[in-house]
Amino acid sequence: MIRIPALRFGKPYTSLDKATLVHHVTGEPVAEVSQVTGSQIARDIGTCERAHKELAAIPIRDILAMYKKAADYFLNATLPCGDAELSFADYVRNLSATTGSPMVFCDRNARKVHYVLNNIEEVVGGLTRGLDVEALDKGYSTKAGRMQAFYPTTDVFGAVLPSNSPGVHSLWVPTLAFKIPLLLKPGREEPWTPYRVLQAFIKAGIPAHFMAFLPADHAGAGDILRLCGRSMAFGDDRTMAPYKNDHRVEIHGTGYSKLIFGEDEADNYEKYTDLFVEAVAANGGRACVNASAIWTPKNGDKIAEALAKKLAGMKPRAWDDPACEISAFAKPEVAEAINNMIDEALKTPGAVDVTEKLRGSPRLVKDGRIAYLLPTVIRCETPEHPLANKEFLFPYASVIECPQADVLKRIGYTLAATVISNDASFIGAALACPTIERLNIGPLPTNRLTWDQPHEGNLFTHLYKQRALQIADGHTPRV
Amino acid sequence: MLPDTPGKPTPVTGATFDEKLANARKQLDAHFVETVRWHFSPETGTPFWLEKAKTFDFNPLTDVKTFDDIKRFPIFEDEWLRGGPVRKWVPKAYADRGVYVFETGGTTGLPKSRIVIDDFKIDYEMMSDTLPDKAFPRGSNWLMLGPSGPRRLRLAIEHLAQYRGGICFAVDLDPRWVVKCIKDRKISEANAYKEHCIEQALTVLAGGHDIKCMFTTPKLLAAFDEALRNGKLEDKFRSLGKPIPAGGLRSIKAAGIIGIFSGGTEFTPQFTREAYEEMLDNGDVYMTPTYGNTLMGLACSKPIGPDDGFKITYYAPQPRAVIQVVNPDNFDEIVPYGATGRVLLTTLTKEFFVPRFPERDEGEREKPYEKYPWDGVSGVRPFAALAGGTVVGVY
Repeated sequence: MIRIPALRFGKPYTSLDKATLVHHVTGEPVAEVSQVTGSQIARDIGTCERAHKELAAIPIRDILAMYKKAADYFLNATLPCGDAELSFADYVRNLSATTGSPMVFCDRNARKVHYVLNNIEEVVGGLTRGLDVEALDKGYSTKAGRMQAFYPTTDVFGAVLPSNSPGVHSLWVPTLAFKIPLLLKPGREEPWTPYRVLQAFIKAGIPAHFMAFLPADHAGAGDILRLCGRSMAFGDDRTMAPYKNDHRVEIHGTGYSKLIFGEDEADNYEKYTDLFVEAVAANGGRACVNASAIWTPKNGDKIAEALAKKLAGMKPRAWDDPACEISAFAKPEVAEAINNMIDEALKTPGAVDVTEKLRGSPRLVKDGRIAYLLPTVIRCETPEHPLANKEFLFPYASVIECPQADVLKRIGYTLAATVISNDASFIGAALACPTIERLNIGPLPTNRLTWDQPHEGNLFTHLYKQRALQIADGHTPRV
Repeated sequence: MLPDTPGKPTPVTGATFDEKLANARKQLDAHFVETVRWHFSPETGTPFWLEKAKTFDFNPLTDVKTFDDIKRFPIFEDEWLRGGPVRKWVPKAYADRGVYVFETGGTTGLPKSRIVIDDFKIDYEMMSDTLPDKAFPRGSNWLMLGPSGPRRLRLAIEHLAQYRGGICFAVDLDPRWVVKCIKDRKISEANAYKEHCIEQALTVLAGGHDIKCMFTTPKLLAAFDEALRNGKLEDKFRSLGKPIPAGGLRSIKAAGIIGIFSGGTEFTPQFTREAYEEMLDNGDVYMTPTYGNTLMGLACSKPIGPDDGFKITYYAPQPRAVIQVVNPDNFDEIVPYGATGRVLLTTLTKEFFVPRFPERDEGEREKPYEKYPWDGVSGVRPFAALAGGTVVGVY
């Protein structure tokens, strides 16, 4: 068993309180992770002002070079993990073991983290919309012919992380490049990626006291969100409700991502079934950018059936099988609860589980200590049905018919929307739709990312605020 | 210094540890029989128990010989303490005495009420005898940073301070409001209330009352430490136009506190270690954890520290209260030493008789030791089978 300490801005800390992580299939202990308290977190945050000043003094070009090295170490080096040393393959194996996400997904998503590390300048450019990176040293830039000045909004950025997919870690990875100390609270079952990224940074030369790895309970997470000047947190609507109006916290909650057909393309739905499958089921359907609904002005039954036919063939496979398509639930009671929730909602008339009919077997599959939920397509007669606007931790989509003229008014909050249409006026309306955060026009799945654009919030504008700056002739601010 | 309140038991003596063990047991047996007779005698008895005795298949006045006979009594149901008339709990012999009522809970439905006359004074005087004078100097003033209102703690700590020759300052703190905020997920409101309580404590400290000792709960201790480290006491001094002493006021030690008596909510070894290492200057400020509740009184801890892995072991103030660690499925079965079980409390005072009350906690049974020659309990935490159903440790 691997013993993983907390990292308190440079100081490894073995706590008397430890969380034991077990293999989702065998139940064997895999790791023991030291837990810290909220008051320890508060005490550590108190040291960040000084760390921030030190980090700000390091030239951005040096930091970017260290990111490049860290990228290489993340993918190719054997890095410390508590009292063990792990290769990339070991890391992926452990990650899969404790989260229940198949190795093939873990590997794929971990490579996204590598991509961000390796292409940090592109990512920073995307987030700053092309700001000259030297502005991060000087606080301003005049290169584009206009003064652009920024100041940091916090001495530390806190990230309260989930356990469901390592892909989300790509969101906080640029923090140090923005010269802000970083505090990570890993998801209970997923200490692996945050710890490995930090070790890669340390090996690449970024001083350890600029970053913290602080496993904690829910109260500790609350303390991070309370005390960090800026933070991000992942959670469902209920968990995140207290922070909804807190501008300091960037919430990554339920995505309610959608595929939306225009009148003109709804008859061509067959062309798009592979896109549906990717949008709904890629990565085990667990990301907030996975589509959870398809809205169409017509052919709802046919679209539901076409998608269901594709998804109904997906079967549980061993966690280390490269052909794995769905994730296991390491806590079978969670799968059971979701299954019951869907069955209960199906009792409300106006919805039918198209996949279960085609598959001829139940959605819930129990296998020893674990459980699976098989992909599910629900055809809802109206947008009001309780299953029309739901998102679950497995490949799930509702199919809803709604006139094109109404659809954008009715979809509600949508993290990622793919609009399949060539109708300029409909596309124009989608571009103006205030409830869509990320918009793909044309056959691009909702989960397709472009790294040169902000996605799921913008870390740069979260960590920096723009200011007006005038410098009198003959005055050159010291850097 | 106040004189002892009548009723304080004499300490157990003995030339050897075995003799102390035997004497402690003898003392408990005698005290138990005497307490049962008191509560069940028609002259002195408690109306509630006199009524209850009608349902017993034994006569408490004649059939109770040793503490083992506690098993003859039904398991105490705390529901009996909800609602009145509260006089049913006052022994006839005390009908003309002034009676306090202390409450627990109270966020939903009726709170549990316990009557008290002198018990809290006796409990805290016994507790006082365990405090080292170096950390809690006689004559020192105290700060009570804990719950107020219809709680025992507020008066008990004040009595403790007075008993030791000091004067106690207190804050206003309504834990029921905090529980409400948490249940309604109004976390920022709960935090604002916590800050309001800490602010009151800082104001008292800035008042120049030479406070050296304090009571607080683990959560408030951490919040107090955080406020000091963030310079809030220094800010308070500045706002009052007072000079900040050399060396600043950014730690509990720097604020002049040398002894902390802490309890009220769950105390983990990790929290104790954190407090010792990171809040109390590696033990320069002395802290003693306690375990107690309104029903039992309070149990003292063996001295804590790094040598023992910050393990916290509590011993009840026997013979006035007894802690047993029992099989959760069979309260008659005491678990072996070191094994885990549910905490069963018995209170045996002339004011209040509580036989075998299953606490909402579990822990490991600990062996007697020199200072407390009877069973103790360590690792106290919410009972796993009940955990999650209640909001605990809010203040």
